[in-house]
Order: sequence, then C-alpha cells, then structure tokens
Amino acid sequence: MHIIDRRLNPRGKSLENRQRFLRRAKDAVQQAVRRSLQSRSIRDVLDGGEVSLPIGGMDEPSFRRAEGGIRDNVLPGNRAFVEGDIIPRPPGQGAGRPKEAGQGDGEDGFRFVLTREEFLSVFLDDLELPELAKRRLSETEEMSPVRAGYSISGSPSNLSIDRTTRLAMMRRIALKRPKPEEIEALQRQIDEAENEETRLLLQAELKALTDRVRRIPYVDPLDVRYRRFENEPKPVAKAVMFCLMDVSGSMSEHMKDLAKRFYLLLYLFLSQRYEKVEIVFIRHTEKAEEVDEETFFYGQATGGTLVSSALVAMRSIIAARFDPTEWNIYAAQASDGDNSYRDEGPAGHLLKDEILPLCQYFAYIEVDEESGDSSVSNSPLWRLYEGIRSGSATLAMRKVCRKNEIFPVFHDLFQKRTAQTKAVP
Amino acid sequence: MNQAAMQKDRLLFQGADWDFATLQRIHDACEEIAIGELGLDVYPNQIEVITAEQMLDAYSSTGMPLFYRHWSFGKHFAHHEAFYRRGMRDLAYEIVINSSPCISYLMEENTATMQTLVIAHAAFGHNHFFKNNYLFKLWTDAEGILDYLDFAKGYIARCEERYGETAVERTLDAAHALMSHGVHRYAGKTRVDLRQEEKRQQERRAHEEQMFNDLWRTVPAGRKRDASDVDLERRRAALGLPQDNLLYFLEKSSPRLHPWQREILRIVRHVAQYFHPQRQTKVMNEGTATYVHYQIMDRLHARGQISDGNYFEFLKSHTNVVFQPTFDDRRFSGFNPYALGFAMMQDIERIVTEPTDEDREWFPDIAGRGDPMQVLRGIWADYRDESFISQFLSPHLIRKWRLFQLYDDPQISEGILVSAIHDERGYKRVRRQLAREYDIGWTDPRIDIVDVDLAGDRRLLLQHRAPNDWVLEDSETRQVLQHLADLWGYDVMLQEIDGSERVAKEHVAHPREILQRRDSSS
Repeated sequence: MHIIDRRLNPRGKSLENRQRFLRRAKDAVQQAVRRSLQSRSIRDVLDGGEVSLPIGGMDEPSFRRAEGGIRDNVLPGNRAFVEGDIIPRPPGQGAGRPKEAGQGDGEDGFRFVLTREEFLSVFLDDLELPELAKRRLSETEEMSPVRAGYSISGSPSNLSIDRTTRLAMMRRIALKRPKPEEIEALQRQIDEAENEETRLLLQAELKALTDRVRRIPYVDPLDVRYRRFENEPKPVAKAVMFCLMDVSGSMSEHMKDLAKRFYLLLYLFLSQRYEKVEIVFIRHTEKAEEVDEETFFYGQATGGTLVSSALVAMRSIIAARFDPTEWNIYAAQASDGDNSYRDEGPAGHLLKDEILPLCQYFAYIEVDEESGDSSVSNSPLWRLYEGIRSGSATLAMRKVCRKNEIFPVFHDLFQKRTAQTKAVP
Repeated sequence: MNQAAMQKDRLLFQGADWDFATLQRIHDACEEIAIGELGLDVYPNQIEVITAEQMLDAYSSTGMPLFYRHWSFGKHFAHHEAFYRRGMRDLAYEIVINSSPCISYLMEENTATMQTLVIAHAAFGHNHFFKNNYLFKLWTDAEGILDYLDFAKGYIARCEERYGETAVERTLDAAHALMSHGVHRYAGKTRVDLRQEEKRQQERRAHEEQMFNDLWRTVPAGRKRDASDVDLERRRAALGLPQDNLLYFLEKSSPRLHPWQREILRIVRHVAQYFHPQRQTKVMNEGTATYVHYQIMDRLHARGQISDGNYFEFLKSHTNVVFQPTFDDRRFSGFNPYALGFAMMQDIERIVTEPTDEDREWFPDIAGRGDPMQVLRGIWADYRDESFISQFLSPHLIRKWRLFQLYDDPQISEGILVSAIHDERGYKRVRRQLAREYDIGWTDPRIDIVDVDLAGDRRLLLQHRAPNDWVLEDSETRQVLQHLADLWGYDVMLQEIDGSERVAKEHVAHPREILQRRDSSS
C-alpha cells in the first residue's frame, strides 16, 4: 500500500477550468458585477466578492424526461394506507410527485465568489479601458529597490567594498596570514644577522612566512560580498481625493451611475499609487456640504446650482485637514453642466487661482443622458472650464454620456505616469 | 493495570489525531480482517491525503485525478465551492477511484476514527466491488483508465493548440450533451483495453501522415456512382442501425466531422462507458462498502483495536450514513442507496444464518447456507442494482421498511392510487417496481437512431420510445438536438413514439455549421 500526501501539491488545479467558465459566462458575470457595483461603496471596489449568476446560458443539456405522464413509485414508511386507497393530490401540483434528490438547490441562481483580480478585471473590461491602462490599474504598484543585506553574487557595480574587506581581514586573522611588518622585521633581522647559522634559520623562517602569504590570499573570492536589493512596493505618499457632485434635481440616476464609475476609476488609480487614500465627498446645490458616501450617491437634495460653493468647501477642507505639502490632492467633479451665471466669475477665479495650484489633478466630467451627444457641449460650466484649461495642464475635462467614455478623461493621468516610469532607469 | 496497559498497546490509535504511521497501522489492521476474515479480493491500495480544496477539485472533475479541461468543470467547482463556503453542504469524507492501484482520497480534516471508517469503506469495500463485479469487469479497465485519461487530456490540449480553443469547446459541449446516450448497453465482442487506445490513435495518425500525398488532390475524379443503385437497406444495415449509442454512431458515420473531432467523441464515449457500471450499481456498491466497513469496524472493536469512545464516534456517523427518512419526512429525497444497500446486505446475512420459514420459501438457494460472506461475495460479483433488488428484496425487509407503491395517472382525477403495500399480495409487485426504478434502461429515456436518408437530404431520424406517456423535456431536448445536428452536419429529427406506436411529438434541428468552421483566432 502507498500513502501519498497530496496536500502540498500546487493549489489551483482547477484554475484553468474556472477561467474558461468565467469567459464563457462573461456576459452574465458582467451583469452581476454591474449590479454589485451599484450597491457597493467606492472603497470596497478592490475586494472581490460573491456574485450571483442566472443559471441560463451555461446549462449543460441532456435528454431528460419532462414532468407528467404516468408515474409509478415505491416509497418507504407507509403508516396508514392499504391497497386501493386513493390519496388526493396536493393542491397546486399537477402530479403529486415527491421531489427528486438534488432538485431545489441552485435552480434559481448560481452564486459564487469572485476573487479580487477577477472582479477588477471584469469591472475594467466593462469600462472598455485600453489594455495598457487596464494593466496599470490591476497590477501592483511601482516597485523600488530597497537595500536588503548582502549576497555572495551580484553585479560588480554592487560590490560592497566595506563588507568584502572586513570579511577578508577576518579570514586573514583567523588563518594567521603573516603581516607585511612581520616579514619586513624578519628581513631586517636577516640583514643584521651576524653568524651564518642564525641567518639560515631566519631565512627558512622567512620562506615559510612568504609561502604562507602566497597560500592565503589577501582577498579571496570567498570574501566578496555584494549589496543586495529587494523590490518593495513604493508607497509614494498620502493622497486625498475630493469627489464633487452637483446633486440638484437635474441629475438623473443614469448620470449618477456614470459619476460613480468615474469616482471609482480615480479611486482605483489612486489606491494603486498611494499608500493611503482619503476620500472626501462634497455635494452641492447652491450651497455645499461634506457628506458620507451613502448620502452622496443616494441622498435627496433640491435647489439651484452654485459650483463655487463646492470649491469654497473644498478649499476650507484642504486648509483644515490636508496640508498640500503632505498630501497629494486630487479632485473629481461631476456635474450636468448647469451653473448660475452670477457664479461664473467667483468659480473661475477660485478654480484657477486657488484650487488648481494645490491640486495634482482636477478631472471634470459633464454627464448627460445615454442618448446625448458627447462631442458637443456649451453648458455654462463647460465654457468656463474650457477657458481655464488652456492655461493649465492639471485640469482634464470630458463630456460623458456612456460609460465607455469615462476613461478618456483620465487619459493624461495615465500618460503622465507612463512618462514618469520611463524617466526612471 | 497490566491488562490495561496491554489493552492500550493493542489500540490502533488514541483520540482523534493521526499521522502517516497511524494510517499505515489502520490499513494493515483493516487488511488483515478484509482479506483474512471476510475473504475480499482487492486491487492494491493507494491512499492519498488531500485538502478541502482538492476535494472540491475532485468533485468537479467527476472524481478523477486528471481530466481534460472544460468550462463545465469550472462551473461545478464554483458551484460546490459556494455551497461549501456558506456552510450549506459538507464535503464527502472520501472519494474512491476504480483504478488499479485503487486510489482513495481521504480528507485531512477527518479524525482517526473517520479515517479508519473511510479506509474500510473505500479501500476495501468499494475496491472489492470494483474488482469483482461483472459489470466493472466487462466495461471498465482499471489498469488503463489513468493512462487513458492522461492521453485524453494531452490529446485535447493538443487539439486546442492546433484547432483553437473555441472549436474544441464546441465539440466537447456537443459531445457532453449526448454523453448519457454514448454508451454501449450490451456487451460487444471485445473487452475494453484503454491502454491500446492511445497507441491506436498514434498509429493511425502516423499512417495518415505517411500516406499523405498532395498529388492525389490533382487527379481528376472518376464518374460518380449513382446513389440510386446502392441498396439502401443494405447500407442502413452497414451503418448499424438502429443504434442507441448516439456518440458511437456519429464518431463512425457522421460525414462532416474532422478526424480530431471523431477522436474527441471517442474520448467522451469512453469516459461515459467507464462510468456506466457505477450508474447501474449505486445501491450495491454503497451497500457492499457500508456492509464491509461495518464488519471491519465491528471486528476491530471486538479485538480491542478501537477504543469504546472511538467506536461510538463511528456508530454515530454510520447511523447518519444509513439513515432513511420516510416518505412524509421533510428530509425525504428518494431512497438512500447506503441505507437500502446496507439493509439488504444485512438482511441477506440474516437469511443465510437464521432463516425463517418464509425465507426458506422465498430464497431456497441461500437460506440457511451458514456462511454469509461466501453468499454475499457471490452476489456482489454477479448482480447489478436492478437484478439484485428483484432477486433479494425480502418480504421481511419490505415489512420492516413498510414499502408501498403509488400509481399516479393524470387520467385518474381523484388522486394517486396506492397500488401495493407490504402484504402478501404486494411483496412481488413492490419488489418488481423498486427494481425497475433502478434499471437505467427503464429510467433513462430510450433514444435510437432509426434511419438516415443517405440518398436524399441525409436527414437523421431518431425515435424516443415513451412508455407511460412520458415525453422529453422540451427546451432541453431542443438544445441537445441542436448539438446533435451540429455534429451530424445535416438536419436531425426526433420523433416521440407513445405507447400505441403513434408519433406524439416531433422535434427538428438544423445544423449551425459551427463545428466545421475553423477557429478564426488560431
């Protein structure tokens, strides 16, 4: 008999089958992820999670009998029946057949758990991101080499001279390699020696010493050490993300959904890049307030629209909690483009002179109904921002009607990063 | 005290912990009883300790240690996993594979008692059954199966490289849909020898490559023979019609399949055939294994090799395994094969050792023979569920389980008729009906290919014989038929024939030409 311990076998034997299944069920999975995105908060987008799929489309058909027809069954546990009894059928059932084994579970839906990577990849797929951006978002953050001790192999440029000479010295001492002074002293003794006998004796001694010096090298390959580096994810710093949204009555559900995806995408980007990401939600009508995520997306508010109110709120929050020297400040603003005319001056001034200089990046999307045309816009806010954009690289803007149009607003953000990574050797 | 110490020495293990030396000791002790006292004849054992994830893996690929890749296994895995994670379902304690050496998977979470139970159950009970039952001897090749699956996995992977994943997936989808109708139900002339399969395929391929000569393509074809002068009747016979093994027929006769697609059908067919005996022997297989583990555990306890506490632990899980809820219980979901099998085996033991007059009358051959193991070994070798029940379900057991028969005819509007109960008049009827429920020839829909219009539009005609007004599930049948049409390459028609030889229903499917198309990506 053999006993084999299989527990240490590599895990994930069924991974490939699983991927095939996910690919096959792509549409259904995407639907499910979309549904679960609506209910999940921005911070949780990075976790995988359970999704529920309708069973259709992935069934494995076989020839099976339908219900109906004459049924003849043997059952255990007769208590009171005698032959010839007629049992009325239970109401609601065509034929009073007992349920067969295995029926009943998994019929109405099919729940299973997606890993974080799978979830993210479906989400990004859904946004129709360019491949490159997709990779950047789902891969772990930038690596930077960090010193991590010494190794016995490496490139000559990483040779650690200190450590090598120290080890060489230890070895020389341990093996009693004669010092040059000793040899010199002996040489002097020989030169000064008077009688031939001692001179010969000393010369033999000297020979032994020089032989020893030859046998024990000054630096042996054994002593050589190299500086070792390990790649560590690079925690750049802290970042804060301001989500600004116009919640006046003109924003429809579809628009809010677009906005949510827009924030998600920025959050995803930031959380890859920064160790710590704070999110501040500011909603505004004619006055702005900081709220939690729930209220931000689902709370009701009515009123006019004053964009400057949100910018003022943002400025004061920055002043109070986020010192620009310590925090990288990002802002994402979503609006349907309405703004009151009297606000144009103050808002433009605020953005250009006070907010933008503090921000790494300010992304603005103008959301519209799905049927809208995303190529033209002449809303008051758009015209205002258009004017500011020409003078500043940190402001990105885009009009969005469908969800695959969200990504381009971040185009520069990803571009910039590519340029940065290229610059570092 | 001395005695107590000796007693301790005899114990195979203490408490719940085990290690590999313990497993070895347990196996050896079980073997001593199984071979020496029960007279079992088993394949060499191979015991593999696995984790829960690996158990789920095994679940989703039909229990085999290696299998070709297909999305449906991923689906099953995700499904089982979701249930397991939410704690809605426990995993099996073991899985055993009909191969030589006989592989038993043990879960690492099992206690020492459970490992003993599982070794006795799987490594000896099931193992003996696999090696000795006539169906397994006839239809499966325990020595060859793992090598064959290895070949199948490699072959399908190579096909995916050559012809593209999508094309292979479509072929497999279609083949899987027909899997239940891809077995030979009656013994052919030759025994299966899966080892030869791989060699045969390689030789054929080598031969084809050797014989390939592009020049032949350029030779002008001779005058086509007129189809009408071919004797249709004879060609039908040459095609082997009627044929109930749909996959076999397609593999041999489908005009439009590529050679590799035929080979894939063949692989699926072989796998289906390998599992065919297991479908016919659920009650017997589990009954045998349960009876064997009960005997072994009992004797181990009697010898003092298992402590009283551990024996109680065993009894608790054994009782759970052989629990049969009655029909009006919420937990009832048909007969529990473990319970029915074990009860029948014990009943046979009773008939052999302490028969009543009734038993002597019903079972003159075995009543009072005195050696239950000898009788049982003979039964385990020569019967399948259907014949086993129709021979050995005793009136005693029918009374004990209070079996009764329900006849549910939609024509009878008053309700369901109780047509037989556990009395003199009912014994035989109950027994016949229960046996019938285990006859897969009766329970599976019977579908035959009856005709091909070879001279005309090559439409394939199938018939479903539907006794008792049973019809096929509509939407699923349409899907399966679609797959069948894709494989056949021409139209397919399925007629459902009712009891009075009338065509009750017709389904037609047209091929989608997706199997002939090469993958655009590759």
